[in-house]
Amino acid sequence: MSASFEPIIGRYMHLDLSGRAHRIYLEEAGEGTPLLCLHTAGADGRQYRGLMNDPRVTRNHRVIAFDMPWHGKSSPPQGWHDEEYQLTSAQYTAMILAVMEALALDKPIVIGCSIGGRIALHLAIEHPERFRAIIGLQAGAHVDPYYDLNFLHRPDVHGGEVAAAIVSGLVGPDAPEKERWETLWHYMQSGPGVFKGDLYFYKIDGDIRARIAEIDTGRCPLFLLSGEYDYSCTPQETMAVANSIAGSEATIMKGLGHFPMSENPGEFLKHLLPVLQKIGGR
Amino acid sequence: MIEALKERVNDDAGLVWRGRYLTTNFLLEIGRTAWLIAIHEGRIISVTRGPFVMPSSSFALRTSDGEWEKFCERRPPPGSNDLMALIKRRVLKAEGDLQIFMANLRYFKEALAKLRREGVAA
Repeated sequence: MSASFEPIIGRYMHLDLSGRAHRIYLEEAGEGTPLLCLHTAGADGRQYRGLMNDPRVTRNHRVIAFDMPWHGKSSPPQGWHDEEYQLTSAQYTAMILAVMEALALDKPIVIGCSIGGRIALHLAIEHPERFRAIIGLQAGAHVDPYYDLNFLHRPDVHGGEVAAAIVSGLVGPDAPEKERWETLWHYMQSGPGVFKGDLYFYKIDGDIRARIAEIDTGRCPLFLLSGEYDYSCTPQETMAVANSIAGSEATIMKGLGHFPMSENPGEFLKHLLPVLQKIGGR
Repeated sequence: MIEALKERVNDDAGLVWRGRYLTTNFLLEIGRTAWLIAIHEGRIISVTRGPFVMPSSSFALRTSDGEWEKFCERRPPPGSNDLMALIKRRVLKAEGDLQIFMANLRYFKEALAKLRREGVAA
């Protein structure tokens, strides 16, 4: 059997984020309109492998996914071993803008899932002029904690195993086994306390309910795609966001869960491609 | 029906292996009926139906007949497809020493999903 290669190219970038030096890993594929991809909490950029490997996306888009600091192949900053990681809205926003500047991306489309979908809503409020369009996957304004987050980071519970077990039911029932378990593997590989630190943003610091109606889709188009089987950010929560933002377009994706681009890329692309086409035709 | 857990779990060598460090008793309450389930090194030793006077268990999972019925459907509707989904909707209560439950969460999810009709995995 001969080897085959994917069109995805990965490399490391050094840049300062919030005043500290970081080594960040990013992957990209394709040419054209930049499409900047934001992964979910406790995972990494591999979640977008389906987009980067699909010529229907890459022939018109430069698809870029970076691993956030502490995630995937990006390192935590020096001194991490004496800190507790906690993601804040301010750090997350600054990180995304810094990566865009470092890569000289001119008005990219940003697509983010879960915490990435939430920060996409923040970006829509605070920096609409920087983006061609914003696509929020599983994007809600707020999620109430529904389990004790301390179980994610304590020595008598395996962090990777519990993170994957917590999110396993968020994968939709139609996900192919291979993609379901690839998605869960990323969670199993997450470093100690990283998923928990991301959820600080998702469940506490990043609550944006009070500001959601400020989003002006006249300044930047907003598309919301959510999986039917997501009980973390439910379809009802996505529709609540959509109903409070004039001009936003929301779709509930049947049979899909919380990780549409990773758990079932084939089905997800049926929903994403028309959105990309619409953005391209504007 | 809950009694089928013993055979269905013990017949799954992979699941028993994943539970090899798990030895505990837990209580499953569905509506007004309770079962005490004893696990030894991943194997279900006994499933005992209540009522009990003083059941000892490390933790308890409590839900209603209606919610359990939906959870057990071959293709449960959104919000009923997973123990955590039930917990999120506040229709399943997990109480007691939950370290054991959380440290073995995949095991407990996969074991209880075996009670779905036809024993379809979660």
